[in-house]
Amino acid sequence: MEHTSLLERILRGVALTLVVVFFMFPIAWIFMMSFQTNETILRIPPQLIFEPTLANYTALITGKLVTAAGTLDIAFMRNLWNSVFLSVTSVAVSLLLGVPAAYAFARHKFRGSEDIAFTLLSFKFAPALLVLLPLTLYFQKLGLANTYIGLIWVYQLICLPLILWIVRGYFEDIPADIEYAYRIGGHSWFATFRKIALPLAGPGIAAAGLLAFIFAWNNFVFALVLASADKQPVTVGALAFITSSGIQYGQISAAIVLSITPTLALALYAQRYLVEGLSLGAVKG
Amino acid sequence: MASLELRNVVKRYKSQTVLDNLSLTVADGETLVLFGPSGAGKTVLLRLVAGVIDPDEGKILIGGDDMTDVDAEFRGIGMAFQNFALFPHMTAFDNIATPLEAKRSSQSVIKAGVESVAKLLKIAHVLSHKPRALSNGQKQRTALARALVGSPPLLLLDDPLRNVDAKLRFEMRLELPRLLADRGATVVYVTQDYKEAMALGDRIAVMSQGVIRQLGTPEQIYREPANIEIARLFGDPTINLLDVKPARDTRGIYVGLSNVQVHLAGAYETAVGRDCVIGLRPEALSFVEEGAPGAIPVTVEAETPLNEKIVTLVRTVRGREVLVSRPAGTPGRSEGKAHISVDGKSALLFDHASGERIGSKNVVILRNGEAA
Repeated sequence: MEHTSLLERILRGVALTLVVVFFMFPIAWIFMMSFQTNETILRIPPQLIFEPTLANYTALITGKLVTAAGTLDIAFMRNLWNSVFLSVTSVAVSLLLGVPAAYAFARHKFRGSEDIAFTLLSFKFAPALLVLLPLTLYFQKLGLANTYIGLIWVYQLICLPLILWIVRGYFEDIPADIEYAYRIGGHSWFATFRKIALPLAGPGIAAAGLLAFIFAWNNFVFALVLASADKQPVTVGALAFITSSGIQYGQISAAIVLSITPTLALALYAQRYLVEGLSLGAVKG
Repeated sequence: MASLELRNVVKRYKSQTVLDNLSLTVADGETLVLFGPSGAGKTVLLRLVAGVIDPDEGKILIGGDDMTDVDAEFRGIGMAFQNFALFPHMTAFDNIATPLEAKRSSQSVIKAGVESVAKLLKIAHVLSHKPRALSNGQKQRTALARALVGSPPLLLLDDPLRNVDAKLRFEMRLELPRLLADRGATVVYVTQDYKEAMALGDRIAVMSQGVIRQLGTPEQIYREPANIEIARLFGDPTINLLDVKPARDTRGIYVGLSNVQVHLAGAYETAVGRDCVIGLRPEALSFVEEGAPGAIPVTVEAETPLNEKIVTLVRTVRGREVLVSRPAGTPGRSEGKAHISVDGKSALLFDHASGERIGSKNVVILRNGEAA
């Protein structure tokens, strides 16, 4: 590290603060909104000092939304559970299918392997709305509409290509000699995959899994069309806060805070694996 | 134990033929060195034997059994890679232990096996380190230990000393032959360093462009190289190569070097009148007094003392540059006019067009009619 002057450090601090404020402001504002009532939120000019209330959170957790027009049932906790269940299961299925497939694409050049890999990637090219109508019709015929299995299946369109292509790159980065060395030592190809390839690509798999989880969590369109109230994730469930007596900004904010918490926690937890993945590159070769 | 035999092996990558109809036999317990420039197909050959790539044609036999279609893990081979190929997520101990784990040995057997081979290779003190904490020399020894630990009957060593420093390379060059001999294993050793090849090989196979150009003992390769290329690769400083046209007179066949007729003895009838190249090892040339029989006048251009020997660059009257090597401490000239003479036995004659060596025996040179 070169010697830095005091001025340089101050300027750097100011620049960093600006960036952090710019990116964190919406989240901070939503966090503050979640502790306010609709009246204080809509006050003009907006005020930084208010009397915090936990009413929004109690409404979400108890599932009773009290408005001027009466009491509404809100299935937010159910939605949150749906989100967790759908995202976790989808990513798990994608990892189970995608990681071995990525290994096959990385290590074995068979006839048409590039075409198959590209076809899988192309699932991400088509706009979701384009495939939704035929998909809905098929799902209704097959009895998959409004089922968890149907939704998890559709979520593979989001998760599988992502995991496949990211993890494939990580497998390709492992020098083939390392795997050869293990096999020559007397281990089967499956043992080599389990003991050498998987641990070495581990950070990549973690990163891909995390990204896929966030994409699945944030999905809106597929869930909106293919799931009814009891299977809806939070992204769709938040629509319920637009009531006949107005938009419940306080509850929406509280719902957002609650629904970003799992992804945020996961990202913070996975961070050390991602960093480890970067430093692992130093020992290659 | 295991002998190794390759029969008519062909390996192609796309349209390029990397190994061209190659046959080779390595006897049980023999150390064969594969020597050649990069791109000669040495590493591909090792990988075919190891079973990590498959030949397009031909057969590979280990211990007399056809192993061509047998997977790598069932061939019972130990291999050390040029880039070490250590498992970065395992400690040196676990790295070395992997071949023993594959045999489902008990923990105590694994521990004893790893520790004994680590002691042999002087890495017992770093067994708990991961590869990133090891020096290049320690990595190389760990890779070697991993290849040796299961006592495989066939060992493949792919230029294991390439990426280590000169001092360690010299040490290992001294240690390896004993280490390999103690194990009694059949060894195929790849290198680009002719000194390593000479020091380690029972036999040397010189490869280029996917073909074995010459196969023989280190002595044979050095004394009777098959062609100019091989003569040039073995020897430091490199062999002197001079264009000559042998002629015949009443006393036999001779070549003219700076107007001095140097008579050759041997089966060189076919060489008369053809364009040839004579190969003279620098150590086969020596400084002599003016007037000595066969003395060739030269001018000394430069002198390089290399501790144990002194290499002198001289220029003949026809302007050709020649290297003369002599042991340090022996008389010579370091400047001005001098005379050199050609010592017999190691001078070689090659065909100019094909580069192939002429004659099947050692060349014997007669100095101006003197009997050799």
